[in-house]
Amino acid sequence: MHVPEELQYTRSHEWVRTEDDTATIGITDHAQDELGDVVFVELPEVGATFDAGDSFGTIESVKAVSDLYTPVGGEVVEVNEALNDSPEKVNEDPYGDGWIIKLRVSDEGPGFLSASDYEQFVEEEES
Amino acid sequence: MAELRRTPLYGEHKALGARLVDFAGWEMPVQYEGIKAEHNAVRNHAGLFDVSHMGEAVFRGPDAEEAVQRLVTRDVSRLEDGQAGYSAVCYESGGTVDDVIVYRRPDDFLVVVNASNREKDLEHFRSNTQDLDVEVADESDDWALLALQGPEAAGLLQNLTGANLPDLRPFRFVEGEVAGATTLVSRTGYTGEDGFELYLSPDDAPRVWRELLEAGATPAGLGARDTLRLEAGMCLYGNELDPETTPLEAGIGFAVHLDKEREFIGQEALRREKEEGLRKKLVGFEVEGRGIARHDYPVRVEGETVGHVTSGTLSPTLGQAIGLALVSPGVEDRFEVVIRERPVEAHTVQLPFYKREKK
Repeated sequence: MHVPEELQYTRSHEWVRTEDDTATIGITDHAQDELGDVVFVELPEVGATFDAGDSFGTIESVKAVSDLYTPVGGEVVEVNEALNDSPEKVNEDPYGDGWIIKLRVSDEGPGFLSASDYEQFVEEEES
Repeated sequence: MAELRRTPLYGEHKALGARLVDFAGWEMPVQYEGIKAEHNAVRNHAGLFDVSHMGEAVFRGPDAEEAVQRLVTRDVSRLEDGQAGYSAVCYESGGTVDDVIVYRRPDDFLVVVNASNREKDLEHFRSNTQDLDVEVADESDDWALLALQGPEAAGLLQNLTGANLPDLRPFRFVEGEVAGATTLVSRTGYTGEDGFELYLSPDDAPRVWRELLEAGATPAGLGARDTLRLEAGMCLYGNELDPETTPLEAGIGFAVHLDKEREFIGQEALRREKEEGLRKKLVGFEVEGRGIARHDYPVRVEGETVGHVTSGTLSPTLGQAIGLALVSPGVEDRFEVVIRERPVEAHTVQLPFYKREKK
């Protein structure tokens, strides 16, 4: 399980990279591994707004479908259109080309897990 | 939660890093490397499945044939020794108890049942044959079951067995040795490919498993087994078949011999249904929009619910979302599947979705 130190994490297995007022959101290496082969990512429209904790889309693998949650509130400024044709990018590069959306943050929400806290959370969840 | 049961190959799955899940009370591998890769290995090469969770019931005694005839929809008097047949088991209502494979052996009948139905089936088999001179033994724990499937299965297996595989036709079986282990080698499967099911002792199973992998088979889990059987248009009990669905409705009428002379349980109801018309029917469909139709999603025509999805997936072979649905008899070529509150267009297609090219 790969958990980059510089990112922040949620208990619903998303990662967040914050630069200025923009948050990039994807799912973790652990999440993509649990899901297996990703076949669809249902993306929101650019311009849509979400509150912290809202579901902003779904991600579907051969065997299951899960909701995607944003830990911060804000307006969608960009979605990863490449996932429409190549959803497998989420499996291949979850922290890079497999990013899902970018939000302009208006509400920072209740907070995140650090990389080490997330690792510990996953271990506890598995045991 | 009750402790999960483990097959004799549990240690092999752990060592291979399989993802293990609860399936019908068994701790089973759903995937090793990934469902798509395993699926493609079976379509193009050879895949190896552990399906030791399946149940085995053996009918012995002077009335063994009569007992099996009473219980299953196929006319097993037409089976020769060494021949197997796919069949349904029904209630008097015509609803389905299970779908099974019946193996006719010189001295007995082996009936292979779904793991999820093992206890229910054994109870049904015994309670309906009490007037007969037959013993119904649950030998499920005495057998491991490996399925070696794919176009390269025969060549790969031939290197490990003296059994004459070119002469073993589909749905025939032979007793032999595989890698030195006494094995019932059956040319059957659940993937739409050529292949074999190997019944052998739990003690021998790990070694034979390892030898088949060393010979080039790819370990494949229940995830790929499901996408493979669905592409091949095969029913899964609990999805397409259940006590409220008859085998005629589920499209396996080929396994129902309504003209069978020995009466079987459910025969009257099925005859009546055939005369009066099916109450619902199984159709294959392709989803036109985005998303995957999954079990229990509603099927609608002009806003009215006319059935439900029984199974659905993204077909790895076709790159297309496919599914099976039980719908009202009037439903024709187009309908909507409601995927998480969003209606998505779908159209019916002929089954199976995938048919291998015969050599």
